[in-house]
Amino acid sequence: MNTAATDHNPAQDVPDIAPVTLRSRHLLGIDGLDAGEISLILDTAEAMKEIGTRSVKKVPTLRGRTVVNLFFEPSTRTRTSFEIAEKRLSADTLSIATSTSSVTKGETLLDTVRNLEAMAPDMIVMRHASSGAPHLLARMCRSAIVNAGDGMHEHPTQALLDAFTIRAHKGRLSGLKVAIIGDLLHSRVLRSNLLLLKTMGAEVWTCGPATLIPVGLDRLAARVTTSVDEAVDGADVVMMLRIQQERMHGHFFPSVREYFSLFGLTVERLRHAASDAIVMHPGPMNRGVEIDSEVADGPGSVILEQVSNGVAVRMAVLYLLAGREAGGEG
Amino acid sequence: MFDLLIEDGAIRRIGKDLPVDGAEVFEVPRGAIVAPGLIDIHVHLREPGQEHKETVATGTASAVAGGFTAVACMPNTEPVNDHAGITQFILKRAQEAGLARVYPIGAVSLGSRGEQLAELGEQKNAGCIAFTDDGRPVITALLMRRALEYAGMLGVPVIDHCEDPSLKGDGVAHEGFHASALGLRGIPGVAESLMVERDVSLAELTGAHVHIAHMSARQSLRAVRAGKERGVRVTCEVAPHHFTLADEALDGPVKYDTNLKMNPPLREAADRDAMLEGIADGSVDVIATDHAPHHADEKLVEFDRAPFGIVGLETAVPLVFDRLIHTGRIGISRAIALLSANPAGAMHVPGGSLAEGSIADITVIAPDMKVTIRASKLRSRSKNTPFDGWELRGGIVATLVGGRVVYRNAEV
Repeated sequence: MNTAATDHNPAQDVPDIAPVTLRSRHLLGIDGLDAGEISLILDTAEAMKEIGTRSVKKVPTLRGRTVVNLFFEPSTRTRTSFEIAEKRLSADTLSIATSTSSVTKGETLLDTVRNLEAMAPDMIVMRHASSGAPHLLARMCRSAIVNAGDGMHEHPTQALLDAFTIRAHKGRLSGLKVAIIGDLLHSRVLRSNLLLLKTMGAEVWTCGPATLIPVGLDRLAARVTTSVDEAVDGADVVMMLRIQQERMHGHFFPSVREYFSLFGLTVERLRHAASDAIVMHPGPMNRGVEIDSEVADGPGSVILEQVSNGVAVRMAVLYLLAGREAGGEG
Repeated sequence: MFDLLIEDGAIRRIGKDLPVDGAEVFEVPRGAIVAPGLIDIHVHLREPGQEHKETVATGTASAVAGGFTAVACMPNTEPVNDHAGITQFILKRAQEAGLARVYPIGAVSLGSRGEQLAELGEQKNAGCIAFTDDGRPVITALLMRRALEYAGMLGVPVIDHCEDPSLKGDGVAHEGFHASALGLRGIPGVAESLMVERDVSLAELTGAHVHIAHMSARQSLRAVRAGKERGVRVTCEVAPHHFTLADEALDGPVKYDTNLKMNPPLREAADRDAMLEGIADGSVDVIATDHAPHHADEKLVEFDRAPFGIVGLETAVPLVFDRLIHTGRIGISRAIALLSANPAGAMHVPGGSLAEGSIADITVIAPDMKVTIRASKLRSRSKNTPFDGWELRGGIVATLVGGRVVYRNAEV
């Protein structure tokens, strides 16, 4: 940890954390993280959260480091969250928003990144429409890669901030019943959350229309059901997934109206959950489609907390990965 | 130990201690198998139009290095081989290369667009041995029916790349646990078998011969078996990767390896096992590689962007020997039937036998030769293989086409 003389208060640096690091120099997914590493990230995020309460929300940890946010899919929320996290750690940040067209014209992903690397960024935070894109980069490029969402595969920082939020309310993850409801087939949030919660000992019940259940889900989830009532019954956490219109290719459900009627989270349906159940959503929400406004804005909803926790969790991830690069070998 | 006397490109005599009389002698190493030339009836030579991937010259060089004396090449070139002129061009290139024999397969429909029947008669006269819209299925039942009737009239089979486009959608991997875990859009086995069932029924209706290309799903094999039992003229082929690998390979040490992306995809273990069973019990007629070269640049992209296909000409024999023969699943004669006699029979091309009078297309195989697959050393212009580094037993000693040695393994 550097405490260079600057115009900030040196007494307010990041508090000491036990020198344990993540095994990989990348964060490509929850897949590959063990319970210890997940706890490490969540514990580090606690310290980072504190920084967000100061009037000068900045520590010098990533000072002099360059982090590039390479977003091939539109995203305001996640990109902003990463940008703020990077700036709070004093990194030099650069955000590039570009689009992947389905026609293979122009520069390949590898060439785009290699050109970037010629300018020596330390870390690349990438969101891409293709599952496995960050894995390709991790194999072929030099920078440390943070996956901000790859296709239908994983969104590890989302799962981490979700876990952080759950832990903040429930004190633990182990033994909780977590219901995840929605478009399971196309959701990277589902896959990451499922892996993380399973690793940490929670019981995950998944629910969605039969047309949106990925083959083999029963090998990972504790339960797969098409009944919302069954999924919500006694749940400590109810997590609603967005119906992702942009990934829809035909015949998954007839209408938004019917989707809400069969799968929407209403106040009535929520009554069957545990009395102190919390309601989550990765955002952006489709009010009246997967979730009723009354629930989204209701007492059990922690949706906005998820967003603010996102910054702390992303700071933790960047901090831990940067710590590796500085030679803190685990 | 027998001697083969070859004259004018044909086998004149087989006997013991034949007189040499100034003839060129080719000594077969001890323990080697002398087989009728292997014939790969599913190869993409990419010429005309995609010469950065492969040409007839490089593809036939790869073929003979793999022990194949003849290949049948698919029409999904640019332009599609739906015209006699293109067939003639391919044959000219093959003659210039002077290596493996090349039998062009013509398109069923113009541009393989599935709208209008191509001039099958003209194409046959130019040298096409079969018709397919490979790359795509023969799109409608009506077109397939007419193609079978018409090609049947010409005495030539229709080969189908069986795949229901609506079920395939924009899938890139087999619809199963591994695709789900990796977030890859899935293609269910039924996408293939549904069309196999269609084609078996149409072959039954028309009495014509349908050949099922690159079969991969257990449901497809079930349909083929049932058809054969009813006396339908259906034959089928399986590629080596479909009897060797399964979708769990996608979750290997290199995740999202595009050298594991092909169509039809690597399926579940149960499908691979079904292919192995079919190979052993005779329901599978042919082993064909579906050799699909792609330039390295094209494969070094995100998984869903990468083109489907892997090369196969130079890995087929080692895989057949290592995974089928040495494991005791099949014997050498069955392997030769799958690689030579049956393809020759299905496509009505010469070869498949070493009887006196046959063409002198010969493959000499060392069944116990240790082979390490090295992608960089493949003679194909493209190196897209998932078998790089694999150590297998069974390799090519030499390949003779019309009595000429067109490949000789330098290490033997």
